[in-house]
Amino acid sequence: MAEMKFDQALSRLEKLVEEMEEEEVPLEESLKKYEEGVRLAALCLDRLNRAEKKIEILKKPAGAEPETEPFAGPGEGD
Amino acid sequence: MKEIRPVKEKVLTVSELTARIKKLLQARFFSIAVAGEVSNLRRPASGHIYFTLKDADSQIPAVCFREEARRLGVELKDGLEVTARGRITVYSPRGSYQLVVSEMEMRGAGSLQLALAKLKARLAAEGLFDPGRKKPLPPLPSRVGVVTSSSGAALRDILQVIGRRFGSIGVVINPVPVQGAAAAAEIVRAMEEFNRWKNVEVIIVGRGGGSAEDLQPFNEETVARAIAASEIPVISAVGHETDWTLADLAADLRAPTPSAAAELVIAEKRELLLRLERLERRLGLALNYLLGNLRGRVERALRSATLHDPRRLLWRSRQQLDELAGRLNRIPAVRIGFARQKLGDLNSRLRRRAATRLSFARQRAEALRLRLEAVNPEAVLGRGYSFTRRLSDGRIVTAASMLEIGETVRVRLKQGEFDSTVSRIFPAGGARRKKTEI
Repeated sequence: MAEMKFDQALSRLEKLVEEMEEEEVPLEESLKKYEEGVRLAALCLDRLNRAEKKIEILKKPAGAEPETEPFAGPGEGD
Repeated sequence: MKEIRPVKEKVLTVSELTARIKKLLQARFFSIAVAGEVSNLRRPASGHIYFTLKDADSQIPAVCFREEARRLGVELKDGLEVTARGRITVYSPRGSYQLVVSEMEMRGAGSLQLALAKLKARLAAEGLFDPGRKKPLPPLPSRVGVVTSSSGAALRDILQVIGRRFGSIGVVINPVPVQGAAAAAEIVRAMEEFNRWKNVEVIIVGRGGGSAEDLQPFNEETVARAIAASEIPVISAVGHETDWTLADLAADLRAPTPSAAAELVIAEKRELLLRLERLERRLGLALNYLLGNLRGRVERALRSATLHDPRRLLWRSRQQLDELAGRLNRIPAVRIGFARQKLGDLNSRLRRRAATRLSFARQRAEALRLRLEAVNPEAVLGRGYSFTRRLSDGRIVTAASMLEIGETVRVRLKQGEFDSTVSRIFPAGGARRKKTEI
């Protein structure tokens, strides 16, 4: 499950939750589903937050390859 | 036949004649405004600009000296229709006259709009703006490219939305001028750079609001083509709520402001995060409900009148249930799951409150700063305005009627002052210019 794709993980999580919301699931099985659900949610969250959060500005004039430096100008989010 | 000769014939030398012509012309045409077409434009290294101002039947040589040329608000090109203000001078050695230009402005904004409309129609006919050409935005971009001025309000607005906050993504800024003659080429180059390196998955190109002239680069053919040709999806954000520039039409998506563009980019990610939060909550609730339900059923069965055997059976089930519930709560994942939900809830409420307060404070500070700037007298002087004081009582002159001929006034420029004597007065409603002898 570690390398499951994001969309797959999210869809599986949704299905799981729906199953649990249906009436007649035996307790033991619900527990298993719950644990899996928690693991899937953690995976999805990790994927979403894995993206880069750097703010950079290109050095001009640009050469063949991009050269950047951190941007600390006006308008930082926090 | 007798010759008839005039009694007194005054024979002038060429110089005398020219001097008289010069005096006449220079006095008579000391301050005029002329409408015509620019042609034969020359810009030698001296910095002076030479051209010819013409109409259908006549033409006049013109010059704009370096000092005034620098301050000219118009980008001179052959074929431009202009109104030139200045005076006539006569150059005796060559027996020619010319218009010495001190100010210039464009004429026929209508003709410019016509040109734009034609360009728009031509590009549309090529299919550059077709909805079919527009690419969808990537769902989870990890980096967004921003083509705008590194010191402008647009960048600040975008970073406030994207920045380092919850739901953020990486930003690569490609700084360009967003107005003036060099802007279009730089914007085109920035688009090509991102497309060559492919280091971002979506591009925002734009600027804050401005006059039609300021926005001109975004109506250039080269820029529209570069945006349309981009393989990376482009969102245009040229800060003009209602009017669409050619860049807006060519882009894959158009946002009314730079902040709105940033919102579009992270919309998908925020949506997914919200969905995830909701799923986690439902997960916990479902389990809770299930446990509660089962417990309730067992207890109800116990309360009803039954035979011994079944009661014992039920009692054992109840014990099992308690046991299970105990085991359940010991499972770290379950405890963490519940704790996380609560934390997630609190977290988002806190974030929302902080974000609102922060942005509110920022807005207030910005509004105050703008108001302060607007009333800063230095800014006005810097644009070429001056103010004039009467030396008699030091009062600032705002009406010609406050002055008398022969009176001395002091004129304050951005740098320095000078005194001047009033030689002629033109009350309001008369001729535009007030002449002073310097």
